[in-house]
Amino acid sequence: MTPRLIRADQDVLGRNDRPVTITVDGEPVTGVAGQSIAGVLLAAGRTAWRYGRTGAGRGVFCGIGVCFDCLVTVDGVPDVRACRRRARDGDTVTTQTRVPSDVDTVTTQARVPSDVDGER
Amino acid sequence: MTRVVVVGAGPAGLSAAATALGAGARVTLIEAAEQPGGQYHRAPVAEFGAGRPEALQHGWRDFAARRDFVLSHPRCRFLPDTSVWALEDPDAAAPAGRPTGPTTGPTTGLVADPGRRRTDRPTHLDVAAPHDPTGPGSTAVRVPVVHVLTGPADGAGRRRQAIEADALVLAVGAHDTMLPFPGWELPGVVTAGAAQALVKGERVAIGDAVVVAGTGPFLLPVAATLLGAGSTLRQVLEANRPGRLAAGWGSRPWQLAGQAGKLPELAEYAATLARHRVPVLLGRTVVAARGDGRVEEVVTARLRPDWSVLPGTERTVAVDAVCVGHGFTPQLELPVAAGCALRTEPDGRSFVAVDADLRTSRPGVYAVGELTGIAGAPAARAEGALAGWLAAGGPDRPAVRALRRRVAAGRRFAARLAAAHPIGAAWPGWLRDDTVVCRCEEVCVGALREAADQDPRVSKLGTRAGMGPCQARICGPTVAALRSFEAARRPDDGARGASPYHRPLAQPIRLGELAASAEPDAEPPEPVPDKENP
Repeated sequence: MTPRLIRADQDVLGRNDRPVTITVDGEPVTGVAGQSIAGVLLAAGRTAWRYGRTGAGRGVFCGIGVCFDCLVTVDGVPDVRACRRRARDGDTVTTQTRVPSDVDTVTTQARVPSDVDGER
Repeated sequence: MTRVVVVGAGPAGLSAAATALGAGARVTLIEAAEQPGGQYHRAPVAEFGAGRPEALQHGWRDFAARRDFVLSHPRCRFLPDTSVWALEDPDAAAPAGRPTGPTTGPTTGLVADPGRRRTDRPTHLDVAAPHDPTGPGSTAVRVPVVHVLTGPADGAGRRRQAIEADALVLAVGAHDTMLPFPGWELPGVVTAGAAQALVKGERVAIGDAVVVAGTGPFLLPVAATLLGAGSTLRQVLEANRPGRLAAGWGSRPWQLAGQAGKLPELAEYAATLARHRVPVLLGRTVVAARGDGRVEEVVTARLRPDWSVLPGTERTVAVDAVCVGHGFTPQLELPVAAGCALRTEPDGRSFVAVDADLRTSRPGVYAVGELTGIAGAPAARAEGALAGWLAAGGPDRPAVRALRRRVAAGRRFAARLAAAHPIGAAWPGWLRDDTVVCRCEEVCVGALREAADQDPRVSKLGTRAGMGPCQARICGPTVAALRSFEAARRPDDGARGASPYHRPLAQPIRLGELAASAEPDAEPPEPVPDKENP
């Protein structure tokens, strides 16, 4: 149905989970301490969190920091690869969009010229 | 004392660090992740509190012993969470009025868009020296300075350092090659490597009803890993046909003896798939994915040996995830930045050109592991071990000659792998005009076909293919292949032309981080402090 976390009581690794809670667009999302932001989002059943110009949703594609599909804004810093950034308690994650009509996109572009996605 | 910098702490890099330490060098081991292991030994971080971290791993005991030896060694400095964002040629003359910095570094425009000036060749590429017979101790040509950022991935305000070395071992590995097909941009379509990494590192199963497709033996461990995570494998599809696999793997089986460990491992995966009654189909692949906002079904089809679709063989399979891999692409930006010459296989794939001792065309710079050819972890360990020893100036010994034989065996294994699992030239036949090729900029096949006759640079600027955040890592080789499929095949000019691997900034760096001054190397190479350094 959706991506899911392997249950700790069924995990051959013998996990001893502690929760980690981040907010995603203001909504609290809880994952397992040690997961990346992408891992937390997927384990919460989310598959898409970035939207391209055509409005198509994207999430994890390469999973190892090569494709830059999974970019999110963390604590105001844009274009963080969710698959490579460890989730920390209290991280404020904001999803990103390049849909042209979206006002947030314009302000993001204007504010952060150094962002890796800022070559428009 | 020789200073060896190793970039990448996967099987190859960790072995290189271990033998370099054994040969008496001071070693700096740089790793982008929080812990060593690379993709092969990817494991949950300590925070998971795993009681049996070895449960999903092959060769964990050897790996753990090597890791502990390296990390606890007094002459080793391990830099986790550290990205190399540039390599600087110390012998390149700095332009007047500009402080010494990375060769093609932070001048105007480059930070916001490093891809635009990819034709700006680093000067050292044009003066690439022949192999240095005197080895890494020579001061004739210095190895590149390694510019790193340490801190949370893509964070602001990471610690910036410039690290000098007498020898550099590049062991940065490879990522999945993934050919596009209609619908491959849908959420739920991931690379085979992503599915593997999510289970091993995050304990997340990407879906419950999964198709694994593509070509190569790596599909087997991915499928086995997903089974272990509780997913149902609808099908495992190897695009190449039995005749091709037999021709590649079957002949001269004694040559495989050097890969002891790899074959039993693969047999174990195959047994796991058989036990779960997973259909493994040869000569068939995923040619389209469909769904509303995420993948819901895939279309599979029988393929001819050249990977053209046999009409009428299309079948639809309901899935909630599909994992695809068509072999691996080496991460060539650092070797190219170091000025290392590339070699091109007959099938068009590029790797770093190395001699039998893993020396690149750039004196003092070694390339090991998947950078030199795709042969898996045993070959990568052998290459790393040989290069690390030689980079540290270690003497020739029987053990070194044994390593050379293992490296040569790895080469033969890579050749077999490539012969058994080629990418069929007719794959672009799967594509439609509205199929996305450049995922970042959402450039479709139609636009690229229209621009196929233009100069590559004009085509790139016009379509924006390859100009997004991934900087053509995913689509670059595909766009090049499409161009040659559409137009007459152009002569390959390697790294000197518009190489899809030339990225002056190897990893993103924020302007604020660039503006902040780099800290001096935390561990001065000489006991005497450098008074020149502020």
